[in-house]
Amino acid sequence: MVHQYQLNGYNIVLDTCSGGIHVVDEVAYDIIAMFQDHSPDEIVAAMLEKYGTRPDVTEQDLRDCIADVEALKNAGKLFTPDTFADMAGTFKERSGDVVKALCLHVAHTCNLNCAYCFASQGKYHGDRALMSFEVGKQALDFLVAHSGHRRNLEVDFFGGEPLMNWDVVKRLVEYARSIEQEKGKNFRFTLTTNGVLIDDEVIDFCNREMSNVVLSLDGRKEINDRTRVDYAGNGSYDRIVPKFQKLVKARGGKNYYMRGTFTHANPDFTKDLFHMADDLGFTELSMEPVVCAPDDPAALTPEDLEIVKEQYEILAKDMLRREKEGKPITFYHYMLDLTGGPCVYKRISGCGSGTEYMAVTPWGDLYPCHQFVGEENYKLGDIWNGVTNTALREEFRSCNAYARPECADCWAKLYCSGGCAANAFHATGSIRGVYEAGCELFRKRIECAIMMKAAEAAGED
Amino acid sequence: MERIKTLETRSLCESAKNGGCGECQTSCQSACKTSCGVANQKCENA
Repeated sequence: MVHQYQLNGYNIVLDTCSGGIHVVDEVAYDIIAMFQDHSPDEIVAAMLEKYGTRPDVTEQDLRDCIADVEALKNAGKLFTPDTFADMAGTFKERSGDVVKALCLHVAHTCNLNCAYCFASQGKYHGDRALMSFEVGKQALDFLVAHSGHRRNLEVDFFGGEPLMNWDVVKRLVEYARSIEQEKGKNFRFTLTTNGVLIDDEVIDFCNREMSNVVLSLDGRKEINDRTRVDYAGNGSYDRIVPKFQKLVKARGGKNYYMRGTFTHANPDFTKDLFHMADDLGFTELSMEPVVCAPDDPAALTPEDLEIVKEQYEILAKDMLRREKEGKPITFYHYMLDLTGGPCVYKRISGCGSGTEYMAVTPWGDLYPCHQFVGEENYKLGDIWNGVTNTALREEFRSCNAYARPECADCWAKLYCSGGCAANAFHATGSIRGVYEAGCELFRKRIECAIMMKAAEAAGED
Repeated sequence: MERIKTLETRSLCESAKNGGCGECQTSCQSACKTSCGVANQKCENA
């Protein structure tokens, strides 16, 4: 399967099943488009008719180009047949019941009252609660016991607002570190916070122990304070920005992400990204479309989606400019490692929700991921008895890039792995559904990210 | 003349032979928490 597109002056050809990426001129672009369904003579005739007045387009040159395309095909870099469908379930089957990552809901409560919160102000449609150290410790023991031969284990402290249960977070990190060596494991901790309770002690601990911190900020003050407010209705921007700046400065280059949400109020979200970069000094940025019901006032409309797609292009071009000027910024979804990216098993099988990745509630219940917490039908089990709803785990195990007939002809399926099960569930009621709007935005992001790679390669010539 | 520039990429077919160790980071833990970014991950062993 081949995908061809033109963006920012580049003609790009993606070969879905080999991972091959080719940057071509307009003549080769047209030749490749005709290659599978036309003879060389037909292609030459069509190209001479279209480009024949150009001195650089001769019959011999066209036949050379056709030969180059044929050579790429024979080398397995173009028009590569899809031989992965039979492997679709093998990685998750081979992994057995291994669990390698937990999202620990240490606090089902929050000190902000954000209008669009998918977790209903941190309570997940249930009672307010804080995870006890004993439950957290059992969760870590459960993770180690079910991690098989995996060495790297990941734990995200999540909520609600995890800093509202800070002592437990610290004790859990301390406990995990105490068993790492004996168990032969490497814990990677991350923290997702709204920033309200950040102080010097939190900064010091995070910068020592957290391999990544995710800091929630929606960008411009008027945008952030429209939704990210406390229970008195006061915006959070002025309180949290100085704390985030202090944390990032002290972090000394360790991973962090400013993580914003854009809604119907700001489909022009690049203004928020550029505000965070230019006015606030943050360089590691992630901005995501809101996840909510279609009738929610915050929901993106079809008109918004067109604006958002244009914004993704604006962002990619601006990032290239910044790179050239020696002031680069990172946008999470534009990070592609073409030579060191994920293997085909990972690309087929996706994030691992419900199998190797689970969320743990303050009471120790297990859910497929943080976005299913509160959906009682999606409870997998608990950290004492393990996964008891094995049918549900099998349903998640069967989710992959080849699970949905709608994805069969999609060029991006080995980039999105079939998409986010939670987004599909919230959009369609089924984890095997297809969240069309999400697909559209995803494809645009990948096109932009690959265009940036093409531009970087052109700059190296 | 050269009309095609092929970027250096990891061969997916090759990765079917040497991939699948499962040590890479769970994508949802990386940054966004709401839309999967498997493509944005790095391989621990590439």
